Formats: sequence, structure tokens, C-alpha cells
Amino acid sequence: MDFGFIFSSALGELFSPTTAAYALAALGLAVHFGYSGLLNFGQAGFMAVGAYGFAISTLSFDAPFFLALIISILCSVIFAFILGIPTLRLRADYLAIVTIAAAEIVRYVVTTNQLTSVTGSANGLAAFENTFYAMNPFPEGSYMGMNNRDFFIRVVGWGLVIVCCVLVWLLMRSPWGRVLKGIREDENAVRSLGKNVYAYKMQALIIGGVLGALAGMIFTLPRGAVQPSNYGTELTFFLWTCLLLGGMATVLGPVIGAMIFWVVLSLTQSLLYGLIESGAVTWLTTVQAGQLRYILVGVALMLLMIFRPQGVFGNKKELAFA
Amino acid sequence: MRSTLRDPSIRRSKGLQRVVGALFAALIAALLIAAPSAQATTPSPSPSPTTFQNNISGFLRDDARAPIPGVKIKASGNGFEGDATSGANGAWTIGVPVQGTYTIELDTSTLPEGIALAEGQDNPRDVTFSQTSNLSVIFAFGEGIVVQQQDFGQNLLNRLVAGLSFGLLLALASVGLSLIFGTTGLTNFAHGEMVTLGAVLVFMFNGFGLPFWLAILLALIGGGLFGYVQDAGLWRPLRKRGSGLVPMMIVSIGLALAIRYVIQFFFGGATQQLPGAQSAEIQIGPVSISPNNLWSLVISAVVIALIGIVLLKTRLGKATRAVADNPALAAASGIDVDSVIRIVWIVGGVLASLGGILWAYYRPGVTFDMGSQILLLIFAGVTLGGLGTVFGALIGSIVVGIFVELTTVFGLPADLKYVGALFIMIVVLLFRPQGILGRRERVG
Repeated sequence: MDFGFIFSSALGELFSPTTAAYALAALGLAVHFGYSGLLNFGQAGFMAVGAYGFAISTLSFDAPFFLALIISILCSVIFAFILGIPTLRLRADYLAIVTIAAAEIVRYVVTTNQLTSVTGSANGLAAFENTFYAMNPFPEGSYMGMNNRDFFIRVVGWGLVIVCCVLVWLLMRSPWGRVLKGIREDENAVRSLGKNVYAYKMQALIIGGVLGALAGMIFTLPRGAVQPSNYGTELTFFLWTCLLLGGMATVLGPVIGAMIFWVVLSLTQSLLYGLIESGAVTWLTTVQAGQLRYILVGVALMLLMIFRPQGVFGNKKELAFA
Repeated sequence: MRSTLRDPSIRRSKGLQRVVGALFAALIAALLIAAPSAQATTPSPSPSPTTFQNNISGFLRDDARAPIPGVKIKASGNGFEGDATSGANGAWTIGVPVQGTYTIELDTSTLPEGIALAEGQDNPRDVTFSQTSNLSVIFAFGEGIVVQQQDFGQNLLNRLVAGLSFGLLLALASVGLSLIFGTTGLTNFAHGEMVTLGAVLVFMFNGFGLPFWLAILLALIGGGLFGYVQDAGLWRPLRKRGSGLVPMMIVSIGLALAIRYVIQFFFGGATQQLPGAQSAEIQIGPVSISPNNLWSLVISAVVIALIGIVLLKTRLGKATRAVADNPALAAASGIDVDSVIRIVWIVGGVLASLGGILWAYYRPGVTFDMGSQILLLIFAGVTLGGLGTVFGALIGSIVVGIFVELTTVFGLPADLKYVGALFIMIVVLLFRPQGILGRRERVG
């Protein structure tokens, strides 16, 4: 087994664009759940809306990059409205069921054969990333062992993560953020102070959703393809694991959580593959080793929730639930 | 694997939980042994050599549904020509280099004596790939069989009955979910996996060579046991600790993910069939329905009626309703809340298993994610009827089942039929958030 390779590929996951996308989407969940107490189980839907919004406006309407970006953000805002209007007045578990259902509706709709000309059905869409890479300021060459395209997407992805973290941090220490935390702790108390709880919740849902849409774009751009199967409910559950790993009512928690998530997954995966190839483990096939990661994530999610719900960085007093 | 499912209990493991854990380990171990042997007994598709990614395939069966072996079929198009001969199970596969349009010709001279293509069956015919890498071609055989276009009213009636059958099997799962929600407040996302387990257990026990009725009986017992183990090993300790409802819901999501892939780990990703999964439709009065669907309809209706009688007429049912209404008051009036909840979990597990077995016949097929596929429909049924109300769950599920089947009649593409049900759920929440039978105060 080549341990050098295993560790270097695990470290490579630390700053991969996928990790950046997970960090952004989990940050959106932190705004939803950690700060406002909204149980959003449809973050994969927001990511799909962002990714498809960008890809469809680029491919079907030849939109320039920034127009496509704005369209996709607008789509996620509309999606948040559609979700929020029926559910934000109801108890938390209704929002959970409706968001998970809405995310699945998005996935079914982009998968249907009827819309193949627009969404590409199960095969998805490809070749929409050229407007993005056309803006690449880095000339060709090697940057820390990467080509200029890979380097560019990492710079943009992590730049976006940093900007969004600062924004969320500023928002949450503003008066607006304090009202939000008040809603999380006791909705009726905030309402009795004359605040419009519904509007605050809606704003939080939109902000977290836009973060999810941005994450969807960062997720698809390096792949150069968007496929519906990537946006199933599992993606949302992975994001929740990232969020709970790091700490839900923190700004850096989701980012660190996403990093830990991917490094641990990559490490266990390559170690298992290495053991299987070297013949040390014979009771597993490589396919089964791939399934082990899901079992691992599921168990990690349970254990985190039971034994350390505040995550690595969180403060137990700041939990959205007692 | 065993420890993963009862990790939370490790800190507090008691004698009883050890016993239950050991039982569960034995169950998983049995799964482990069963999976390979069970898979080995499944007939594999035709032995035709394929080196290409894209396949044109089909099954040749006569009008009595017996396979027709030894028939030659030829495919040509896109500068390619290939042929295949149907195997012992009637299956044939032709690998082709690229997707596109091909001309398929069945060599009628190789057909056995007394079997001919049905009227109106084009031979040769042109077929085109769409989206997938596999293209099925159906040749119908026999005299007097005409592939006919059903008229609208007939179709509507058939779908209505099929929808009722589907709705009732959904109701089996959602009544359990609703009972659990009512008594413990838990929104159990792992309920879909309890559905899967029923079908997988039947497949496993059947693979052991056990008689079919025994396999079903054991699967139902396994489902009840699983419900009991879940409650004793995970949910009861969490309740004792005073965990909130939202953390418990997230724990159930983790549990669902873990169980789903533990099942896939042993069962594999393929679709398997339970015995007798293929059945020709029969005509009852104006309705044509497959015997499996009819059985499913009758079985689930009877079981649900029994549950209703138990809930309304017996002491246990009254106790359950009392706990659902107000656990503290129920405890104060001398009801053993914990034992009621335990029974609710066991019954919920049995009902979910039964629903899973019927779902395996309805689809038809057993897969590791079959339960999670209908989990949202189960939720839709429960929310539609009103969270926590058992009879609401029943009505909601039937509405969802019929709606899912009827949308295809009214022009919604088949791959969007679940969307309609989920959409209806969201609309209902908009106008009557407490559901059809729910009470207002539960919503707030």
C-alpha cells in the first residue's frame, strides 16, 4: 500500500472544489437550522436549483456568466418562497417533510423524459462551464501541482466560502441576527416584542438557500456536468453530517465539518481499497467498500446527534433544541 | 455491523438489550449467509455474448407465459449486424456498439410448432434507444392476441382499483408510522427501511428453501422483532434521557442511512423477484387486475380493519389512544406508557414488513432502497390525513395511492407520478395544515 499517495489524496480533499461546495451548502444549513431553527432537509434541492439554473440559462439561452449566476440565484430565492409560504407558520417537522419532498420534486422534474431537451433527463447537462473558465486570469502552467483550470476553480470556490463566512458572521452579530437567534430560542417571546417572526424566518430561508445555490454551482463547475442522481436525499444527509460535525451555530463549524468529512471519507476509502488490493481483506469487495462509506456516515450522524450534538466547535448553550 | 445498529445503547446496555442484540446479530448473520446463496438461485439472463455497452433485449413468452427457447433474432442498423438465440428462460440479448435506430427481425422459421406471432405484431420492426443503454423489445405470441388501445373509462377504472391496492399497502406502513408518531412524537425517517426489511427477509428465507408461507411468517416476525429492537436499543434510552424530538428525528435519518446500506451491503444493488411476482391480469367484472394486486388489496384491507377494531374496541387500543392523546395523563391514570409504546413499535414493524412484502409484489421487485422510494409517499399520506391520527393516515394513504395511479391516466408522464402526490401534500399543508382528520392544536 502506498501510504504517501493515500495521505496526499486525503489532503487533496481538504481544498477540493467539492469540499468548498459542501462547506457553502452546510453554511446555508447553519443559517437555517443553527441560527434560525428551521429544519431544512431539502438543501440538495437548493443545490440542484442553483446548478440547473446556471446550466440551463447558459445552454438554452446563451446567457453570459454573470447573468446565468443571477438567474440561478433568483431561482433559488423563488424556490425558498415556494417552500416557505406554506410551511414557515407550521411546526418544525412539517418544514422538514415539505423541504425533503420539494427537493425530490425538483429531482423528479429534471429527470423526466418529457423535458429532455431542456434538462437532459437522467443524463443531465454538460459543457456549460466555458463561460466560467473564459474568465480565468491564470495563464497556463502548474500551480502547486494543478493546472490553471483546477487552480482557478479552487481559488473561486474557497474565495466564495471565505466571503460568505464573513457575511454570515457579520449578519449574525447584527441586530437582525440577534432577532433570528431569539426566534430559535423562543418564537413567541420574539413575537411579543412586535417582530414579524414569519418575515425573519423567510429571510433566513432565502439566505441559506442562496448559499445552497452557490454551492450547487461550485459543485458542478469542475465536473462540467450536472446530473440529477447527484442531488438525491443522501446529499442533504451528508451536508447535515458536515454541519453537525463542525457545530451548527458557528460560522467556521460547517467549513471545518466539510473538511473533516471529506478527509475521513477519502482516508477510509483508500485504506480499504488498499487493504483489499493487497489481499489483507478478503471478506469485502471494492463495491461493498464503497457502500461502507454510507453506513459510516449514517452511524456518524446518529452518534454525533446522541453524544455530541454541539459538534467539534459548537457551544452546547447555542443548540437549536433543548 | 451488529454494533453499528445499537451503538447508542452501549453505554447503557442491560441484560435484555444484550439478548436482543444477539438476536439481531443472528438475523444479520443469517442475511450474510443467505445473500450469496439466494442470489445463486436466481436465473441469470440469456448467455448471449455481449461486448458492447448498449443492449437490445427481451423475453419470449407464449400466451401461457411459458418461455420460448431457441428462437433466432437479428438486429441490423448503424452499420452493424448481430443476432441472438433465446435461452432456456426465453431471454435474448443483442449487444450493439452505438445507441440509435435498429431493425429487429424475429426468424419465424425457428419458432416452435404451434406458436406464431400475434396479429398486429410488426416483424421486422424498427426500434430506437431512448436515454437508457438497454432497450426492451416485446414480441407477443398466440392467436387472437391483439395489442389493443384501452378506452379511457376502462383505463380509469383499472387505475382506480390499482390505486386503491397501492394506497392500502401504503396505509399499512403509514398507520404504523402514525401510531409511533402519535405515542412518541418521533418522525421516523427509518420507517422506509422497516418496509424494505420485510421484502428482503421474505426473499432471504425463500432462498433458504423454506416454504413460502413460512418465509412470510418469519419475515413478519423479523419485522416485529426489528421494531422491538429499535425501541429497546435506541429510542427508549433516548426518551429516558429526555432527548428532544428534533435530535431524535436526525438520529432516525442517520439510522435510515446506515440500515439502507447495511441491507445493500448484504443484498447487493440488483433487483430480485419474490416467487410468483409475475402474474397475468385477470378479468373481474369490468376491472382487469393482476391476482397479486387483488390479494394485496384484500390482505391490507383485512389487516387494517383488524387494527381499527383493536384500536376502537380493546383495552390495549384504548390505552394506545390515551397515550397518543396525552402520555403524562395516561401514565397518571395507571397505563404503562412504556409497554404501550413497545407494543406500538412491534406492531408498526410487523405492519411495515407486510407493507414491504406487498410493495415487492406491486412494483414488482425487491431492492435495497425500495422502502426509501415510498417513504415520502408514506409521509405524504400521514401528513395528508393529519400527523398522529391513525384513521387519517389510512384515508391520506388511500388518497395518495389513488392519486399516484390516476395522474398517469390524466396525461402526467409516468416518471412524474410521485411528484403529483408530493405536490398535493404541499398544497394541503397550505390550506388545511392539520390534514384531513387532524386537530388544529397539533400543528402550532
